[in-house]
Amino acid sequence: MMEKYKQLFKSTRVQLCLSIILLFIFMALLADIIAPYDPIEIDLSKSCNPPSKDHLLGTDELGRDILSRIIYGSRLTITISFVATALGATAGIFFGVISGYFGGIVDTIIQRITEILLALPGFLLAIMFVAIMGSNLWTVIVSVSISMTPSFIRMVRGLALQVRELEYVLAAKQLGANSIKIMFRHVIPNISPTIIAQVTLNLGTSILFASGLGFLGIGVPPPAPEWGTMLGTGRAYIFYAPHLIIFPGLSVFLLVLSFNIIGDKLGEIIASK
Amino acid sequence: MGVKPVLSALKYFFYRILTLAITLIGLVTLIFILIRSIPGDPARVLAGMMASEEDVNLIREQLGLNQPIYVQYFIYLKNLFTLNLGVSFRTDSPVISEILARLPNTLILAVTSTCLAVALGVPLGILAASKKGGKLDLFLSSLSIAGISLPIYWLGLILILIFSVELRILPAGGSGTPMHLILPTVTIALYLMAFIVKITKASVVDSMEKNYVITAKSKGLSERTILYKHVLRNALIPVVTIVGLQFGALLGGAVITETIFAWPGLGRLIVDSINSRDYPMVQGSIFIFALLYALVNLATDLLYTFIDPRVRLK
Repeated sequence: MMEKYKQLFKSTRVQLCLSIILLFIFMALLADIIAPYDPIEIDLSKSCNPPSKDHLLGTDELGRDILSRIIYGSRLTITISFVATALGATAGIFFGVISGYFGGIVDTIIQRITEILLALPGFLLAIMFVAIMGSNLWTVIVSVSISMTPSFIRMVRGLALQVRELEYVLAAKQLGANSIKIMFRHVIPNISPTIIAQVTLNLGTSILFASGLGFLGIGVPPPAPEWGTMLGTGRAYIFYAPHLIIFPGLSVFLLVLSFNIIGDKLGEIIASK
Repeated sequence: MGVKPVLSALKYFFYRILTLAITLIGLVTLIFILIRSIPGDPARVLAGMMASEEDVNLIREQLGLNQPIYVQYFIYLKNLFTLNLGVSFRTDSPVISEILARLPNTLILAVTSTCLAVALGVPLGILAASKKGGKLDLFLSSLSIAGISLPIYWLGLILILIFSVELRILPAGGSGTPMHLILPTVTIALYLMAFIVKITKASVVDSMEKNYVITAKSKGLSERTILYKHVLRNALIPVVTIVGLQFGALLGGAVITETIFAWPGLGRLIVDSINSRDYPMVQGSIFIFALLYALVNLATDLLYTFIDPRVRLK
């Protein structure tokens, strides 16, 4: 079983993607050491300078070093992506397993609430929560995680329903094992590969959502160097300083692409059972 | 054949309408609870710190905040049910008339981009499936995963950079002429297309492994005949559903795309309203978005049962 998952790390594409993700995590951890400039210090005399030897990716409209802002921004992006996905996945697994495994009235209640949250497309659901709760790092994280929870519940519930009927789970039940034990021992391990693939894809989606909110001006507010927020303020200068929008967007793209390629490959491996 | 199938179809239709209504009531109830659970004076919170006393009083009156909570809730439901969505703080005109004025623009964008995405995505998906494992398949699959990972706001800005800033052949924003429609349409379409290529390919590949294909092969039919005569009819059914389901992603994409290209649709309206704390407008737009989404899902479902006779109505 494990042998099959080793082939994931043998793929060159996956290795490349992992390196990109590790590079951004590395940047996030060591931002204080490796960033050449202060990410929020304003110097209007250097407004919108194109890339040069002093400022490798140029400066933004307020003269701030874009490379330093991207390095510090990776801190926000990585935090949002991992925390939001962890919250959304935990809630999704919890309610999904309960719903699928126990069935009955609990299942009905959870499913009705899930349907209500699915009444809006994910990104609009995130917009709605931010609109009501206001915009800051934590409301963005919570909104993004809530927006991914309902589809997670759906998926996990479906998987749990299948596992519930497997012979060895029925056997464990017959032997008198209690529900919680069965759930942790048998149900969750059995469905975990599919969940991991989904989590990987969600890491990418959460970045797109969070920076999308930033782009619309309702995400992590300035002066924080959130990549989407940088794109949102930088687009006003597109006609004479295109470097303002090229690099933050490229960072989002590379990171999301890496998560998606790994998630896709994982899905492929699981399907090849 | 007779009255029975028609009756069961009608029953199914009403069942769906009923669940749709219940879900929408659930959503607006959730919004009601969320807004009431914000600490402090809800009217003041909704209006924002900078709002005038007049605006705050207006909200208090609109929400009926001096009444008991259950009365407030029923007033709220009754107003939504009669599409009385309140009055905009910003423009002082009824929310519903502002929304109806913007809605056609969003629908135009939705239709043009869906058509473009399907027209390009379905053939490319079939092409990738027919050359499965080959170089062309690898290329198209990589393109598709890149498209899914591309932030739509960045894609839009890059298109502006190429076609408006460098080549100067298309307007960077605004509306009025068909030229203004091109960049927003292409932005959403490229994003949707990436999904459609992926799903079409998966569906065609899946159908190629079915028993009837093996039978057809053993009869000596050529791969081409099998693909076009047998596989496509079955493989394209799930694609219809996915295109319908992607309508949600399309609405999310429209919010961003309309903002980039200053396209006067519902998506831009909601963003402008959030930024100016025009609460009745935000709530009204969210409600209309949910209604639209539900109706398209319902239509997709009905279309699905119509084109695939194997699907039985519950």
